[in-house]
Amino acid sequence: MENILTVTNLTKYFPVEKGFLDRLLTSQKRFVHAVDDVSFSMNRGDILGLVGESGSGKSTTGRLCLKMIEPTSGKIIFNGIDLSGMGGEELKRFRRNMQLIFQDPTASLCPRIKVGDAVRHALSFQGIGTPSEQIERTREMLERVGLKPWSNFYDRYPHQLSGGQRQRVGIARALVSNPKFVVADEPIAMVDVSVRAQILELMIELKKEFDLTYIFVTHDLAMANYICTTIAIMYLGKIVEIGPKEKVFGSPLHPYTLALMSSIPIPDPRAKIDRIIPKGEIPSPINPPKGCRFHPRCPFSKAACSERQPELVDAGEGHFVSCFSSRE
Amino acid sequence: MGIAIVVVLGIMTIFSPWISPYNPIAINVGPILSPPSSQYPLGTNHLGQDMLSRVCSGGSIMFQVAILSTVVCLIVGVPIGLFASFTGGYTDKIASLVMDSIYAFPGLVLAIAIAAMLGPGVLNMALSIAVVYVPSYFRMIRSQVLTIKELPYIEAANMMGANKRTTLLRYILPNVLPSIVAVATINFADAILTAAGLTFVGLGLPVSTPDWGWDLTYGRRLLTSGAWWVITFPGIMVVLLALGFTLIGEGLSELTNPRLQK
Amino acid sequence: MSLDIDSLTVEYHTLAAKVKAVDRVSLSVKKGETIGLVGESGCGKSTLGLSILRLVPPPGKISSGKIILNGIDVVNCPESEIRRARGKLVGYIFQDPMTSLNPVKKIGAHFVEMIRTHEPKVTREDALRRGQDILEQLGILPERIDDFPHQFSGGMRQRVMIGLALALNPSLVIADEPTTSLDVIVEAQIVEILKHLKESLKLTLILITHNIGIVAETADRVAVMYAGRMAELAETRELFDQPLHPYTQALLNSVPNITKKDQVLSWIPGAPPDLASPPSGCLFHPRCPFAFDVCRREEPTLIQYKNSEVSCHLYG
Repeated sequence: MENILTVTNLTKYFPVEKGFLDRLLTSQKRFVHAVDDVSFSMNRGDILGLVGESGSGKSTTGRLCLKMIEPTSGKIIFNGIDLSGMGGEELKRFRRNMQLIFQDPTASLCPRIKVGDAVRHALSFQGIGTPSEQIERTREMLERVGLKPWSNFYDRYPHQLSGGQRQRVGIARALVSNPKFVVADEPIAMVDVSVRAQILELMIELKKEFDLTYIFVTHDLAMANYICTTIAIMYLGKIVEIGPKEKVFGSPLHPYTLALMSSIPIPDPRAKIDRIIPKGEIPSPINPPKGCRFHPRCPFSKAACSERQPELVDAGEGHFVSCFSSRE
Repeated sequence: MGIAIVVVLGIMTIFSPWISPYNPIAINVGPILSPPSSQYPLGTNHLGQDMLSRVCSGGSIMFQVAILSTVVCLIVGVPIGLFASFTGGYTDKIASLVMDSIYAFPGLVLAIAIAAMLGPGVLNMALSIAVVYVPSYFRMIRSQVLTIKELPYIEAANMMGANKRTTLLRYILPNVLPSIVAVATINFADAILTAAGLTFVGLGLPVSTPDWGWDLTYGRRLLTSGAWWVITFPGIMVVLLALGFTLIGEGLSELTNPRLQK
Repeated sequence: MSLDIDSLTVEYHTLAAKVKAVDRVSLSVKKGETIGLVGESGCGKSTLGLSILRLVPPPGKISSGKIILNGIDVVNCPESEIRRARGKLVGYIFQDPMTSLNPVKKIGAHFVEMIRTHEPKVTREDALRRGQDILEQLGILPERIDDFPHQFSGGMRQRVMIGLALALNPSLVIADEPTTSLDVIVEAQIVEILKHLKESLKLTLILITHNIGIVAETADRVAVMYAGRMAELAETRELFDQPLHPYTQALLNSVPNITKKDQVLSWIPGAPPDLASPPSGCLFHPRCPFAFDVCRREEPTLIQYKNSEVSCHLYG
């Protein structure tokens, strides 16, 4: 079990664009607290699910790990190498070790570039191999993700493929340069329900074959439960609960996790659903609540919750939760 | 359909030296201001020049000017548009400022001002028209690039390690191309009208060159004396040519849209 | 309230091809029941919903079949009659709350327009008050009637949409993917609202969605569509206990259930057919694990099998 990624106190604040008058009249800057003091570590072969709703910061966290966005503060250590200072050419070359699979299979492919070329670019932009080697490898990759025979697909344009096929192209593109670490941003959200499991199976097979480690960003708890080994529940930029899947989904501790789990629709008409619906709505990340970010909506909140922010506390066997009232 | 019009007019222009019954410049070929007749099917103007010949050959200047000005616009406007909007920041702000200032002037007025400064000649005419139209290319490209820049596939290109030049040329430009084509053809048509306008007010070309604009100028004046044919036929030609290019433009923008190819 | 759809076909005529978005679909909706209309992209469920109110946009056209809505012949009646039905008889909740509301009009104005178009005698103040009542029932503070759409979050906007659909006390509500663009918890809130309204207003509801979970929770009967055809129509428990059509079986097996331990998900190989050049015989046969000879040749028709209706050669 070797460590592949350690993220410490990762924070990202995005400045809020101000209108002209606001800039004249107020000097105060406002920020979107997208990711706030997030820490976790991953071992080789883990599949970490970053689970949350909109505004939770899960997508931003994924992109921060790849340094596609510059963190405001915090450390990212990948395979022992500190990514904090890295930039420019060095970062570009490092990119071959870590890649991103996008959510929207249509929007993530340039409509004017043939699908085969789109995948080959992942090699040619990095200067990996000779052109003929690149083409050979691309063909192999296309077939590996199920687009067989490659000759049926290489010269096609994205709009000539189905949604599922386009997503496979996205996967091929991410993996063709042989990265060790892949962040998948809602990779199946925009794919038909009956095809999703196939894409997930493909990702698992590829993981075994190429020895990959994944971060899986999603709002779909059921899917996260299916594929991930570790789960981190995020709310308004913070991790509120993290641990092995069996613990987080099996015995959830944080009130938000409980609310999430009770909200999922169950495809079984006989299921009894006891919903815990938190009051109100997700507040704006520009002005997150003081203290525990969930406290205004939490059915279990006490005085302490509005004063201090809870830390992630060990609840046993690798299961951590940040809550003053977590039930045991 | 647009292609048909343009091709016909193009052929007419190119072959004009052969099909013009009379030398279009030669004056006093026929009686002054005679209405359309079998000998002079489109009549003659105040200088005794045969209208048919003038109509046939007048197009050549139009084509030249329009093509030249479009080429200049493309060479200047497209790269500036691409580079400025992609780079953003001050480059973008300055370029936009300049372009917007030019754009603020009414086209014909600006063209007249520049043509007056530069003096007559096909090249100068083309240049003055080009200056007027560059902003519209710039704006179109800028709005496209700003939209495309935010799309996931550009982020993907970045992830793969594409440098700025490659991203611009291989990922952004091909997607902007259809709108460039559309703008180009519309502007082509507009350029023709502006060119006609320039010669209409007496700028840009020496008097003797056969040109629809000149004919329109004199035709207007001659209208009051009842010689309707001098202005009508060149007028129709100008409209037809502009229409032809507009139609081509629309056809081309549909053609180059990959989604419509299946 | 009664709705009978008989062998409805809706076609889209484009220069490229003629596509049957809905192909000979029959469905009867009983008063007070909730029908879940499920299927994946391209199955025609949205088109079916729109055609009930003759709202299919051109180049789509209802080419054959009948829709009788409370005695009105929807396909052939005059424009004025169907316009009266829209909103008054049938409330429609559109798919995307972000773009279905007019951004420059206050929410109150939406309600006023809705109500007064059908009941011109109602004063503006009364219309606003009715709007406020409805919003309150949906959990929105009455003073927000003066706000603009952009001041509402996604979940709130969807509630406004539901409110607008209910403004005229319609007997039937059609909800097209009412929770698709919403967060998990908000989705649950909306589902609870729909369930509550079902009880309190005795609503007849057609719920169009690809989310099997909310159908399991709210629907009395489920209609499964594939490539424009009705594959199976059954009571909810029947459908989940004993799905008949191979597509239904495969679909149900591909949906994860977080309460089931060690679930193995399956999938359907291939992709939905290109409706411009559909396969011969049963449209599902290229992807069906049970396809046999006749499936390639003949299209199956919807037949009764035990308590359900299914269109599959395995049963007829």
